Amino acid sequence: MTSIAAPVSAPAHGAGKFESNPATRDSSWVKVLVLVVGLTYFLVFLLLPLIAVFAEAFRKGTEAYFAALVDPDALSAIRLTLIAAAISVPLNLIFGVAAAWAIAKFEFRGKNFLITLIDLPFSVSPVVAGLIYVLVFGRQGWFGTWLGEHDIRIIFAVPGIVLATIFVTFPFIARELIPLMQAQGRDEEEAAVSLGASGLQTFWRVTLPNIKWALLYGVILCNARAMGEFGAVSVVSGHIRGETNTMPLHVEILYNEYQFSAAFAVASLLALLALVTLVLKTYVEWQARKLAMEGQIA
Amino acid sequence: MTRSINRGALPGFGLSLGFTLAYLSLIVLIPLSAIFLKSSSMTWDEFWGAVTSPRVVASYQLTFGASLLAACINSVFGLLLAWGLTRYTFPGRKIVDALIDLPFALPTAVAGIALTAIYAKNGWLGSLLEPLGIKIAFAPAGVLVALIFIGLPFVVRTVQPILEDLETEFEEAAASLGANRWQSFQRVVLPTLLPALLTGFALAFARAVGEYGSVIFIAGNIPMVSEITPLIIITKLEQFDYRGATAVAAVMLVISFVMLLIVNALQAWNARRLGRTV
Repeated sequence: MTSIAAPVSAPAHGAGKFESNPATRDSSWVKVLVLVVGLTYFLVFLLLPLIAVFAEAFRKGTEAYFAALVDPDALSAIRLTLIAAAISVPLNLIFGVAAAWAIAKFEFRGKNFLITLIDLPFSVSPVVAGLIYVLVFGRQGWFGTWLGEHDIRIIFAVPGIVLATIFVTFPFIARELIPLMQAQGRDEEEAAVSLGASGLQTFWRVTLPNIKWALLYGVILCNARAMGEFGAVSVVSGHIRGETNTMPLHVEILYNEYQFSAAFAVASLLALLALVTLVLKTYVEWQARKLAMEGQIA
Repeated sequence: MTRSINRGALPGFGLSLGFTLAYLSLIVLIPLSAIFLKSSSMTWDEFWGAVTSPRVVASYQLTFGASLLAACINSVFGLLLAWGLTRYTFPGRKIVDALIDLPFALPTAVAGIALTAIYAKNGWLGSLLEPLGIKIAFAPAGVLVALIFIGLPFVVRTVQPILEDLETEFEEAAASLGANRWQSFQRVVLPTLLPALLTGFALAFARAVGEYGSVIFIAGNIPMVSEITPLIIITKLEQFDYRGATAVAAVMLVISFVMLLIVNALQAWNARRLGRTV
């Protein structure tokens, strides 16, 4: 939600500034107590589940691990997950750029309301997100009869999965770009236009270099959620093996069939994706911070 | 000069706003309205009966109770973690800092099965807790554990930037006036953090109420005992009770709207507070 959006502009770390100042330095027993309690909490509730995924995945050895990954149903789930992300991330990227351009570069009535509406999918339960598409495209839904007559399947088929994925990842990129582009204003773009640049040239040469790190940050988070979404996709998928199973749904099926090691093997791929996401995210934050500091010096 | 205030100074207003509104309507607004249209086709008695049946009410109590408790626990420990990460230097701080966001990046189903493996009878922690008579997996406590996991980053990430930006002068002033560290935390730091802390709490709570993936594996899903509201919707759908599912979804959706408004108000308060103190 909102907190995902915040860190790009986070300032440089400065624990030192607090520890070197007697007015803000805590006594060493307070420091030890805070760190022991805080890090134990971190370890038990956050780190342990991550470790458990890999421990359970390799419980039956590496051979069983890789066998679970090259299983045809697993491969088809991986393929569908990649397809869903490959469609939903670019669409939400185009939307994010368009929304941020309209909101940051122009004045119009109802702007704050529009920003609230863009945030809406974050606060809707994933299960409700899936249900709305069933109500619209399902057999008993608004277009159900028409779709049935024309033999088009959306619910319990790939288009439904893609739609649900687009919904749950809808605000990610817009959320990153709107505050940044609002803060940057429109002076640079106006200068470019007054010098004779076309709209596309202005965006490509002036706006894009200014927003690239925030854009990348949004894409990384959007992609992670798109590949990992479970609740919304579960409602519209129908769980047809080899056809409408994404990776998270495949994990659930294997788990419910008591194939724990195989379930955790597929889950470990998703956990790996999460770790890669965090590494990329940290790198992008670091780059954005460096850029912000250079800007301050210059 | 007048052109710079004019809407026509930059190109693409009509295109970008038009696309934004069309995409928003098609993906979000029109499908969401289906919930309310479908609900309004029910009679009041039918709707009320669907959303207040004992099994559904029990699920509200569990969902909201566990979400509230998880958000409270995360507020206390999240503040502690944010304090540790911003105020102290210690080895591995950057790694801990980066991993705080794990619940945002780890798919909920993966979190669900991992937590179940840890807290089941033969799991790493479950086997330690069982002799003490504490049952977490397949019990309401399991719901709480899953909601703590998914809500953990919210408070840390809302409080952390405020703590980092906090000027040392305020605490210096407090110290020079004779306050000890605890007094200066309580009277100077905590009031500054309060809007951010409440925002983090509200975000964690809102996220927990709608959560499905991580909970269903560990909860055991016993009707009246450990069944969450989103699962009720799924169960009704699987029984082809579309009207019942939609009615419960409408209740959840109204609660999401209210939470969204509360979060927006808290963030506005936070922004105003920052504008004043920094």
